Amino acid sequence: MKTIYFDNNATTKVADEVFEEIKPYFSELYGNPSSMHTFGGQVGIKIREAREKVAALLACDPGEIIFTGCGTESDNAAIKGTLAAYPNKRKVITTRVEHPAVLSVCRDLENHGYTIIELPVDRQGRLNTSQLEEYLDDDTAIVSVMYANNETGVIFPVEKIAELVTGKGVIFHTDAVQAVGKIPLNLSKSNIDLLSLSGHKLHAPKGIGVLYVRKGTRLAPFMLGGHQEGGRRAGTENVPGIIGLGRACELAAKNIEQENKKVRRLRDKLESAILKRCPDCMLNGDKENRLPNTSNISFEYVEGEAILLMLDKFGICASSGSACTSGSLEPSHVLRAMGVPFTAAHGSIRFSLSRYNTDDEIDCTIEKIPGIINRLRELSPFVAK
Amino acid sequence: MWEYTEKVKDHFFNPRNVGEIEDADGTGEVGSLACGDALKLTFKLDDKGKIKDARFKTFGCASAIATSSVLTEIIKGMTLEQAAKVTNKDIADFLGGLPEQKMHCSVMGREALEAAIENYRSGGRRKHHLEGRVVCNCFGVTKKEIERVIRENDLTTVEQVTNYCKAGGGCGGCKGEIEKIIENIQGEKAGKVLETTPRWAGKLTNIQKIQLIQQTINEQIRPALRADGGDIELIDVDVDKVIVALRGMCAQCALANITMRDLVEAKLREFVSGEICVEEAKDAPGEQGDKR
Repeated sequence: MKTIYFDNNATTKVADEVFEEIKPYFSELYGNPSSMHTFGGQVGIKIREAREKVAALLACDPGEIIFTGCGTESDNAAIKGTLAAYPNKRKVITTRVEHPAVLSVCRDLENHGYTIIELPVDRQGRLNTSQLEEYLDDDTAIVSVMYANNETGVIFPVEKIAELVTGKGVIFHTDAVQAVGKIPLNLSKSNIDLLSLSGHKLHAPKGIGVLYVRKGTRLAPFMLGGHQEGGRRAGTENVPGIIGLGRACELAAKNIEQENKKVRRLRDKLESAILKRCPDCMLNGDKENRLPNTSNISFEYVEGEAILLMLDKFGICASSGSACTSGSLEPSHVLRAMGVPFTAAHGSIRFSLSRYNTDDEIDCTIEKIPGIINRLRELSPFVAK
Repeated sequence: MWEYTEKVKDHFFNPRNVGEIEDADGTGEVGSLACGDALKLTFKLDDKGKIKDARFKTFGCASAIATSSVLTEIIKGMTLEQAAKVTNKDIADFLGGLPEQKMHCSVMGREALEAAIENYRSGGRRKHHLEGRVVCNCFGVTKKEIERVIRENDLTTVEQVTNYCKAGGGCGGCKGEIEKIIENIQGEKAGKVLETTPRWAGKLTNIQKIQLIQQTINEQIRPALRADGGDIELIDVDVDKVIVALRGMCAQCALANITMRDLVEAKLREFVSGEICVEEAKDAPGEQGDKR
């Protein structure tokens, strides 16, 4: 059975070009990039090139790129590193719909005496920033707002927020893990101070992330040891990961137009067919201001895990914000923050596409879904008799 | 990944006895959309008083559907006396086991069966109602129900109780009470807290002591109170007397005294010094401004 992969916000396939590029760095070019000898030094040159490629995608200076282990590490480092650099400031502002890599950090800080403000979202998942200006005061160390939401794909007005926040002398961080490679970014013309990205969301391998640190931004080093990454993140470089990410960024820069057009067309085709063919279902999140690859649909009267398992039988991979998929009892914190009723939150499915998806895959899924939903609704006691 | 047995998958993909018997002898409805799963069970008796037909309708995850399906298979042919003895463990065993965090599905099956039998015995008048005092308000779980899952499944921790009947899985406010129920039933087997021994045997300077008290409050006490929507503030330290103020939900809580003794004082004695005694601040300053 062929796998139909619609879970690209969870992770993506390593691009063939990326895989080819990194192969030699496991068993042939295995030198340490910090070594004096040519054997290691040639790897150091490749890392420099990769850094330049990442910087090119973000339109920033290569010196502003720190390689990390993953997006979560970048988020942790951005927040904790800023607080360590400003020990007298005790307030952090974020949103209710952040990824756990930010939200859990903030809620833990709360236990250590920090004041955390979580900005709300509306029913469409759009950020309500009306009170942000009031919250910004001398005590505020950092504001962290994600670029685009991983569950709904809704894009936040990050550039505008960055302008407001940095204008008040507060550090602004954005978790852009879902945005990089999908939305064109130009950090040279932006007020963003810190930005996190993750390699495996844009067809690079897992285990590589980046924290962009604008020149002149004070950030305490978050891993002490050797002099790697300018002493800010010690530890021998993940050479294949870094080189793979460099190549993936190069491809992303090339494919961003294509992704925006092709992926959006496929996503819209899938979405409108499902909404048309299945009664009692609805789209979660702002339809317009959204990542081109993400669609989050709630099916009423049925439960997400049951839908996923039925899809799985046909080789279709998606994900759900339902409580039962996480083993917890509360459904997705994102959908709950949006005020999606429990009845719909339990039956939400996220489809996230990539440039590798095809029309055939979309057609096949469109064909299967109404049957699956009908079948589960036949079992459900809540469907109108 | 799906950690379901082949039998669970079979009953999920090919559920038996789906539907509703029109002129059912007994009907049991439990759960709700908000809870994430719900089950409506109907049965019909033959002239010998045995269950002739049983049907179900279920909203929920794969294991909820599979347990409902297998339940109808189990009870067919049983007398009501036999059916009344079916436990959630029987249902789970029949499926070759369920993942720990899905055990509440088997409990839902047993509850629906009980509700249906009760409905029959009351001549169709009585619907399922909660028996005894509700402990978990989020999911409407009674003390009786919690006691039952603890006994039938030999549970020893709050986490297990949550997995089996959802109690404690919402706001978490009832976790302390669940702990006590477990202790009453299981005695020594209950997930015992270690004997409190002061971590700092040596003499602390006043500043060290105050810092340690603040650290203990931040790391050990505040998270527990936050789970219940409350908070705590350190007001003053006078030799071994620690003065604190409870905030948020804790401020109005009728059990504040117990919180003070069993949590605040116990933790401070454990981590700072066995001599500590805690007092609540009189005329504490009011609520702090908008936090979250």
